[in-house]
Amino acid sequence: MKKYSFTEKKDTRSGFGAGLLEAGKKNENVVALCADLVGSLKMEAFIKEFPERFFQIGIAEANMMGIAAGMTIGGKIPFTGTFANFSTGRVYDQIRQSIAYSDKNVKICASHAGLTLGEDGATHQILEDIGLMKMLPGMTVINPCDYNQTKAATIAIADHHGPVYLRFGRPVVPIFTDPDQKFEIGKAWMVNEGKDVSIFATGHLVWEAILAGEKLAEMGIDAEIINIHTIKPLDEAAILKSVAKTRCVVTCEEHNRLGGLGDSVAQVLVKNDPLPQEYVAVDDSFGESGKPAELMTKYGLDSENIIKAVQKVIARKNK
Amino acid sequence: MTADLNKLTTVAKQVRRDIVRMVHQCQSGHPGGSLGCTDFLVALYFHIMNHKTDFNMDGTNEDLFFLSNGHISPVFYSVLARSGYFDVSELATFRKLDSRLQGHPTTHEGLPGIRIASGSLGQGLSVAIGAALTKKLNNDSSLVFTLHGDGELQEGQIWEAAMFAPHNKVDNLISTIDYNGQQIDGPTEKVLSLGNLKAKWEAFGWDVMEMNGNDLADVIRGLEEAKSRAFKGKPIMILMTTNMGHGVDFMMGSHKWHGVAPNDEQLQQALDQLVCDMQDY
Repeated sequence: MKKYSFTEKKDTRSGFGAGLLEAGKKNENVVALCADLVGSLKMEAFIKEFPERFFQIGIAEANMMGIAAGMTIGGKIPFTGTFANFSTGRVYDQIRQSIAYSDKNVKICASHAGLTLGEDGATHQILEDIGLMKMLPGMTVINPCDYNQTKAATIAIADHHGPVYLRFGRPVVPIFTDPDQKFEIGKAWMVNEGKDVSIFATGHLVWEAILAGEKLAEMGIDAEIINIHTIKPLDEAAILKSVAKTRCVVTCEEHNRLGGLGDSVAQVLVKNDPLPQEYVAVDDSFGESGKPAELMTKYGLDSENIIKAVQKVIARKNK
Repeated sequence: MTADLNKLTTVAKQVRRDIVRMVHQCQSGHPGGSLGCTDFLVALYFHIMNHKTDFNMDGTNEDLFFLSNGHISPVFYSVLARSGYFDVSELATFRKLDSRLQGHPTTHEGLPGIRIASGSLGQGLSVAIGAALTKKLNNDSSLVFTLHGDGELQEGQIWEAAMFAPHNKVDNLISTIDYNGQQIDGPTEKVLSLGNLKAKWEAFGWDVMEMNGNDLADVIRGLEEAKSRAFKGKPIMILMTTNMGHGVDFMMGSHKWHGVAPNDEQLQQALDQLVCDMQDY
């Protein structure tokens, strides 16, 4: 198992804030919109640098999506910022008609995704957003794993023409990816090469997969860990290459097991190379209030549950 | 430039012929609102707006129009074709398989003149505000026009946008409401009363005007006046009274022709009332 360590922990939303400032410096057409959550989205640095390119929309997310769509007409690249729930479910039809169907170059940037939003509870902890967004034709869906990757992804999506959903979170998590990485949309990142099982992980679950991989190595299981930061378009080639070697799969995501990364991977497998797969995901339920770590354990999203899923899927493979 | 009212009247008659023929041909679509808004769209595209038929999505340095009540696509398509965005022969493909003239307007098929999909109501005002903000950022001093149904004002998003535009002094925006008092399930007064629209929009901070949408001279007067009131710190809202189905007597004044196509006999009856010296598509 390749060694990963960290010296610092930061929230992925701060990676977004840093990336937005960089994207703004690189391209004067980048503009930012926010629905009364400037602090939560870490947009202050961009606003300070480019006050004329920031638009405070107020608590009116539907209006924000429409304004963002309209701003592309004339060449702007709008980045909208609010919580993941209000970036997707609340405004699904606005995104569907005015952004996706109209092929508008809007970047929907969504913080506080998943259970790790914590104490605010289920009203704010969306676990269906990846599914909602990946079903929209033409929508790119990205869920980076740490501060550095989120920053790189934010810069990369400004250069990509077309609607993008960028999902990130609230809690501080280890920073373990390269600060100078070049983010390639749709290209999976090989975290660790192995031969016994393929662990495909996205978002906060990538670090949990690394922790699981270290313990699995001690148990004599050589896990391949791949970071699928882009859920759509999915890196099918990387998935198929990995499973050709390992012959079994565990998918890990902070999302409902219905409609997320796991289902996207399953579709690739069933079409090309049907193999045993276990899901580490929320089992079709809403979340609840609690500390992020407590919630991840209760809902089965920590390294211990990844290890159990690996053992189960290897047993199925060997049956 | 003074308006050539005779010419505009003729174009409006031809557009109305196009509308009833298109809707008849595919036996679906929305003739009522289309006929009611014909004079407005003809005035806009043939006299008021400074626009280029050499279509470019960005629309820099030209006036833009957004149709928020997308179901009146027949009038929009006819006016776009008649003003040179695409060949009028394409009107025959309306609502048919593989057509660029979808039931509701879309950018998806690349039809020149369309800058946003509409049909799901209440979204066009936000989009227009966005386009108007971009014009300001680009130091582009042209205008953004919109049209909305009155029933559409029952959508909450409209009022989010209504609050945003005055606060942000989006004064390069001229919006119009097709105030025909009708919606699918009946008169708006019965379905869900709109109350005092003038007072509502004024309370939100808009510069509110009124005009008669089925009197071309008044439409031109109203739109010219609206242009003269732009760039003065407030977005402009025109309450435009219209008759649903205007120009075809048996379709007028009722919600019954909101989304119903005429049969062969009714088509002929309508065309007999819309005689003009232009060519049908």
